Amino acid sequence: MIELKNIYKAFDDKEILNDISAVFESGKTNLIIGTSGSGKTVLQKCMVGLFEVDSGEIIYDGKPFTLMTQEERKILRQQIGMLFQGSALFDSKTVQANVKFPLDMFTNWDHNKKIKRVNEVLDRVNLNDSNKKFPAEISGGMKKRVGIARAIVLNPKYLFCDEPNSGLDPQTSLVIDILIREITLEYNITTIINTHDMNSVMEIGQNILYLYDGKNEWVGNNKQIIFSKNDKLNKFIFASEFLRDAKDMRMLEEKGIIDNDRNMEDVISDPESNLLMKDNEKREHHPDSE
Amino acid sequence: MKFFTTFGAYLLLLKGMLTKPENFKMYWKELMHQCVEIGIGSLPIVAIISLFMGAVSAAQTAYQLTNPLVSKSALAQVVRDTVILEFAPTLVCIVLAGVVGSKIAGELGNMRISEQIDALEIMGINTKSYLVMPKILAALITIPLLVVIAAVVGIWGGRIAAGMTGIISTDDYDKGLLENFIVFNVWFALAKAYTFAFIISSIPAFYGYNVKGGALEIGRASTTAVVTSCILILFADYALAAILL
Repeated sequence: MIELKNIYKAFDDKEILNDISAVFESGKTNLIIGTSGSGKTVLQKCMVGLFEVDSGEIIYDGKPFTLMTQEERKILRQQIGMLFQGSALFDSKTVQANVKFPLDMFTNWDHNKKIKRVNEVLDRVNLNDSNKKFPAEISGGMKKRVGIARAIVLNPKYLFCDEPNSGLDPQTSLVIDILIREITLEYNITTIINTHDMNSVMEIGQNILYLYDGKNEWVGNNKQIIFSKNDKLNKFIFASEFLRDAKDMRMLEEKGIIDNDRNMEDVISDPESNLLMKDNEKREHHPDSE
Repeated sequence: MKFFTTFGAYLLLLKGMLTKPENFKMYWKELMHQCVEIGIGSLPIVAIISLFMGAVSAAQTAYQLTNPLVSKSALAQVVRDTVILEFAPTLVCIVLAGVVGSKIAGELGNMRISEQIDALEIMGINTKSYLVMPKILAALITIPLLVVIAAVVGIWGGRIAAGMTGIISTDDYDKGLLENFIVFNVWFALAKAYTFAFIISSIPAFYGYNVKGGALEIGRASTTAVVTSCILILFADYALAAILL
């Protein structure tokens, strides 16, 4: 578990984070969401010590990270895995060498044991035949998966993902999301994901922190977000009409008014229960639509 | 003011790399890799430059040595001393500032921009130590060796040029090489080589490590690193000559 208490961070005179407090639980996919420039990446970089906070506390399982010496931080960081937005793979190394690198640096295992572990994690992220390829030779989605494999190869207690879906198609994004969720559960990791991908929010948002202009605006989960009356959050999450419709549908599902088996044929064929059609009719007769 | 801030940051980078390695074997591997990159990688260009440097030096000295009272073998002495004292350490290191310096700045700059340095930091690795120190050590090991090779090849180039053009015979050239040889000149050249090696590796590493922005900034950092290294080499060249000679 990672706890944040009253985090403040500014660059020169520009305030980036303003009194952020949150709890990120282990075994859950914790999401930090917000528009570009809302402070997500800065918050995550503060949490791993790439930036120093101006004030406030970051507590890793009861240990205050902000008060740790550099040596203590180095030890803690060996329990942290991070997936970067651009994957941050080492260009000059093969996929296998990239994933093996943390093992080379921090274990005294023999070569065969290291290769076995590398193959295990590559298998876990469904990359079985890319060991000898270089990062330039693989796709964006594969790079993300190699990044995940490298992040989990030392069995970390904490996993940070900075926009894991950026630049990926929706299908590949979903694969990455599901993979992160499975790994989180499997290894009971405290996973913190920065994202502004709405699919991720709805699919894996077990604990969501919404940042607005560097402030903690809303906390909840992917079920609560549907019913949230926070205007800023709703404008951000359900920005398009399509997403607003999806929200309405999900609300009806959650309230049990319609089935959530994703089979809408019954609803559409039954005029009495066709709430979606009614809703559309209403909109068509709304003065704004004319 | 900016100068002091930059110089302070440079000193902090050097201080920051002096920590205990996380894994000695990996650091050794990286050091060997950098020795190959800097040393072996620069060998062809150093050999070509040195060969022509010696040949041109011989031809131009012969052009100026018109006094019949000066023995022909003096040409070899002039070529030898010029190559050892100035051409091999200074000229070669200025070329290396371009070749090696831009490579170091570009490599570290790219690693910074693509968050590879952050990735290493998150793993708990001291990146100043792991990425910068092996480069500086490798430069300190290989560049003096390259300077020695450059001196030998340069003198040999002068011999070829002298022999081929018939300025003097190769026997006279060899005889001249052994006359009035001052061993201190070699030590002086090595002192210069070590100083320049440190400049060539640490300045580009500083600019590359601290790149902020994108691809354009990597290019700018490389250029700044090379220009700064060249100026510092020339300054150090004069300072060492004034102090040691």
